[in-house]
Amino acid sequence: MNLLILYSVLILGAVAAGAAMILFVVAKKFKVDEDPRIDEVLDLLPGANCGGCGYAGCRALAEALVKAADAGDISALFCPPGGSETMSAVGKFLGVEAAELAPTVAVVRCGGTREKAPAKLKYDGPVKCALSHSLFTGENNCPYRCLGLGDCVKACNFGAIHINEETSLPEVVEEKCTACGACVKACPRNIIQLRPKGRKGRRVWVNCMNKEKGAVAGKNCKAACIGCGKCVKECPEKVRAFTLKDNLAYIDPDKCIACGKCILVCPTGAITATFTPPKPKPKPQSKPKPQSQEVPQ
Amino acid sequence: MKLRTFKKGGVHPPENKLSANVPIRELGLPDQVSIHMAHHLGAPAVPIVEKGDKVKVGTLIARKGQAFISANIHSSVSGTVLKIDDVTGGSGYRSKAVIIKVEGDEWEESIDRSKELVEEIKLTPGEILKKIEEMGIVGLGGATFPSHIKYMVSDQRPADTLVINGVECEPYLTSDYRSMLERPDEILVGIQVMMRAGKVNRAMMGIEANKPDAIELLQTKVQKYPGVEVVPLKVKYPQGAEKQLIKALLNREVPSGKLPLDVGVIVNNVGTTLAIYEAVQKNKPLIERVVTMTGKKLKKTGNFLVRVGTPTTMLLEALGEEIPEGTAKIIRGGPMMGKALNSIDIPITKGTSGIILMDKSEVPRREPQTCIRCAKCISVCPMGLEPYLLEKLAKIDDFEGCEAEAVADCIECGSCSYTCPAALPLLDYIRYGKTNVMRLQRERRQK
Amino acid sequence: MINNNRLVVSFSPHEKGELEIEKIMWGVVIALVPAFAASVIFYGFHALRVVVLTLIFCIGIEYLIQKFILKVKVTAFDGSAAITALLLAFNVPAGVPWWQLLAGSIMAIGVAKMTFGGLGKNPFNPALVGRAFMLASFPVQMTTWPVPVQNLWNLGADAVTSATPLGILKEGVRMGKTVTQLAGDLPNYVDMLIGNIGGCIGEISVIAILIGGIYMLARKIITWHIPVFYLLSLAGFTGVFWLINPDKYADPLFHILVGGAMLGAWFMATDMVTGPMSIKGQIIFALGGGILCGAIRLFGSYPEGCSYSILVMNAFVPLIDKYVKPKRFGTEVNYGK
Repeated sequence: MNLLILYSVLILGAVAAGAAMILFVVAKKFKVDEDPRIDEVLDLLPGANCGGCGYAGCRALAEALVKAADAGDISALFCPPGGSETMSAVGKFLGVEAAELAPTVAVVRCGGTREKAPAKLKYDGPVKCALSHSLFTGENNCPYRCLGLGDCVKACNFGAIHINEETSLPEVVEEKCTACGACVKACPRNIIQLRPKGRKGRRVWVNCMNKEKGAVAGKNCKAACIGCGKCVKECPEKVRAFTLKDNLAYIDPDKCIACGKCILVCPTGAITATFTPPKPKPKPQSKPKPQSQEVPQ
Repeated sequence: MKLRTFKKGGVHPPENKLSANVPIRELGLPDQVSIHMAHHLGAPAVPIVEKGDKVKVGTLIARKGQAFISANIHSSVSGTVLKIDDVTGGSGYRSKAVIIKVEGDEWEESIDRSKELVEEIKLTPGEILKKIEEMGIVGLGGATFPSHIKYMVSDQRPADTLVINGVECEPYLTSDYRSMLERPDEILVGIQVMMRAGKVNRAMMGIEANKPDAIELLQTKVQKYPGVEVVPLKVKYPQGAEKQLIKALLNREVPSGKLPLDVGVIVNNVGTTLAIYEAVQKNKPLIERVVTMTGKKLKKTGNFLVRVGTPTTMLLEALGEEIPEGTAKIIRGGPMMGKALNSIDIPITKGTSGIILMDKSEVPRREPQTCIRCAKCISVCPMGLEPYLLEKLAKIDDFEGCEAEAVADCIECGSCSYTCPAALPLLDYIRYGKTNVMRLQRERRQK
Repeated sequence: MINNNRLVVSFSPHEKGELEIEKIMWGVVIALVPAFAASVIFYGFHALRVVVLTLIFCIGIEYLIQKFILKVKVTAFDGSAAITALLLAFNVPAGVPWWQLLAGSIMAIGVAKMTFGGLGKNPFNPALVGRAFMLASFPVQMTTWPVPVQNLWNLGADAVTSATPLGILKEGVRMGKTVTQLAGDLPNYVDMLIGNIGGCIGEISVIAILIGGIYMLARKIITWHIPVFYLLSLAGFTGVFWLINPDKYADPLFHILVGGAMLGAWFMATDMVTGPMSIKGQIIFALGGGILCGAIRLFGSYPEGCSYSILVMNAFVPLIDKYVKPKRFGTEVNYGK
């Protein structure tokens, strides 16, 4: 009996040792020589594999960064979730200058809530924006309105966007958004845009994509941009952040100073912001001339 | 006698030919017409009139676009051009249209308005082709393919048979049927014109067996035209799809990605035949067509000869009816391949074969369940595809997979969605796959 | 908007055919009724007990899993669990105790069907998986067949048991007897057709199964290809060996009529979810299944091979589906007339 156990242990042990030796030799012989910097850069990256940089995963970006650093310039590469902080850390490690971009966030540019853009038709089909868009204008008949079926929600890997049941429009959770751009690509109507977060998170944008004439747009949605141009006039001379094209106003995020004056003059409420615009101080009444005047000494 | 048909696939939706016995009636003139520029397959036409121009019936108002596939558009009324503006189309999207205010009913002098049958064909094949192109003739079966392109035969690409599609396999629609019963002589002369244009000696007219009187009438009349044959076909949807029709009549299969001309065949609808007769023999451009107005809840149905650009509401008024209470869907075309409209206030186009009002009891789709791999979709697909697999691939955006499974061959007949026991939206996703595969192929070509 | 109702916009087609999953499933259940009747005629109360218990277990387990564990829409009553229950019940002897039926049902529905995602997603036939599990776990009760009762209402447990015809054949040949010598112990063809033989409760009556099969063909629930090719290939395979050595091997007609071959060919192999999608693929599936069944019967250690043959072919179905495609339109360059 003891011999049996002894033999079993010896033979199995020998087999195990043999297998281990073969594995060790093969691992050493067929090892792929890799630049050790790639692993170090990979450690600096967020590791979300979101694809926002344009590469297939963080490892691919790390390889590209090392390659670009050897060529001398990594400013063309940028990791949106990591942001400027990560890129400068990578730059320091590799010994090159990194790109510095203002942090951006996804912005949904449609204000056609259930209340403002009531449904006139009923869509009966698969819950997919791409399909509904190819079929017809949408339940409220505006060809530019968000379809509310959630292709953007499905595309987001970070849970940063969800459909508000009451308004039937998507809402972005700023803290979770990594600006990877997946929702932008997923939306068949180009409603979502990556815009700079703005100083202290203050940003203003035109909450509409409708390029139809004002009267037509207004029939389908009460919050549509009718292209009246009041906002263009109200924007301060020095700023001039507005362009009005095809009956639609657009705010250039690089010029906008987020003063919020345009929001107050918009007749339909098509311009919106992440903050409440300050109400203008009441214009001073013309003071009655004082009865006596101090004679200057 | 065993009737011919295509062997693979097909379904049998209920026929509902409610308006089969209603003769064609000319619809009165509307107050204004809106004629879309994107009226046909291919590039939209380019308007050549401006606001304030006076036009007559038959005046050219838009020339074909720069692309190879495009067609002319003529005014269907006489009056003044009000504006050239964006007008809502069937899916709610707006596109450019010429809006004309109707004044009187003056026709261009070159058009022969007499009712006499003109049998002698005075033009050469090349001249006939030019005439078809000039007069803006497009396929009236619903596809609106510019017809002159079909007749561009050559020595490298000859044709030997003309096939006339008198099948009208879609339920509810009866415009072709009534045209065959009421204007058979003109159709047969039209066939002679088309045979000369395509340089063919043989013509076959396919008619489904559910129209026995039309078959009998045409079989008697056709005796004086050697080379023309009327063939009754088994009632099966989609018998009227051109590939299936060619298979049934001639036992030839049009290869994937190719056209009927590649197997030596030219196919045209009965309505198009009449339009070609009028274009070549009477110098009349395509400005009106027969439209079936029907629906189960309508007390009366009708087949109307309508001017292009007339609002659909006029058809209901002509029947003396209001929209029935409980109407939940308005379909332009047939119920299997037609389009659900956003509203009834849409202008009639060259491709509108019928307007169907569906009641809310007929409308809601069943809740989709899970695929049970019963393979019924495969057994009914006339193109031999696997709809369940195409839907699965399209759902996960695997467009290369869709391309490998020949999604581009799909003729969108709807037999798969019609049959599926789990009520899966097969055709919805197949169309999504198709559009994206075509986009992929376009991107590859550009690279 | 029309009359204050919103117009519905959807993709074409705007008409719908009449086929529904429930109608197909309950159609198969109806087709199984003749076999159920035969089981009750020959095994009385015992068959009834087995069938009713399995039905309750299978449908109940699917309901519980869907409602409380997965928390999805409950589809336990659409007929598919009922089919699995009936087929599982028909594949066991009449004397199997209730707790083994419960274990088999949990395996069939819980593991073989629900873990893969429910209806339409399982790669293996759930009833056969349940049966294979029961045979491996409870070999004694699964191979103890009570003799058919003479009195329908005989509620007493019959202590008399016998082997199935295939069992007699296998054992006898192993002991060196020839087929002709065993002929006296084996039932005649008439008994096999009607069902007056030993065996699992649903497989005994060929006529009852055929009636069900023809009903399904008439209602277009199944096509003829799988049953016909399965039985043909089984007959062919066993026939070749019978021709070579009729003393050692039984004739092909015996093989088609006996054991689970008929039930398997008409109801198990034709299961839509686990079978191939194209007709050509289905023929390959059936041919493979028949040959495998014959091989296990003639050369394997089990007397019956029908369930394993179908389970093995189930494993090949994804491969068959990948390479055997239906013929596409436009591939035939045929210039008729």
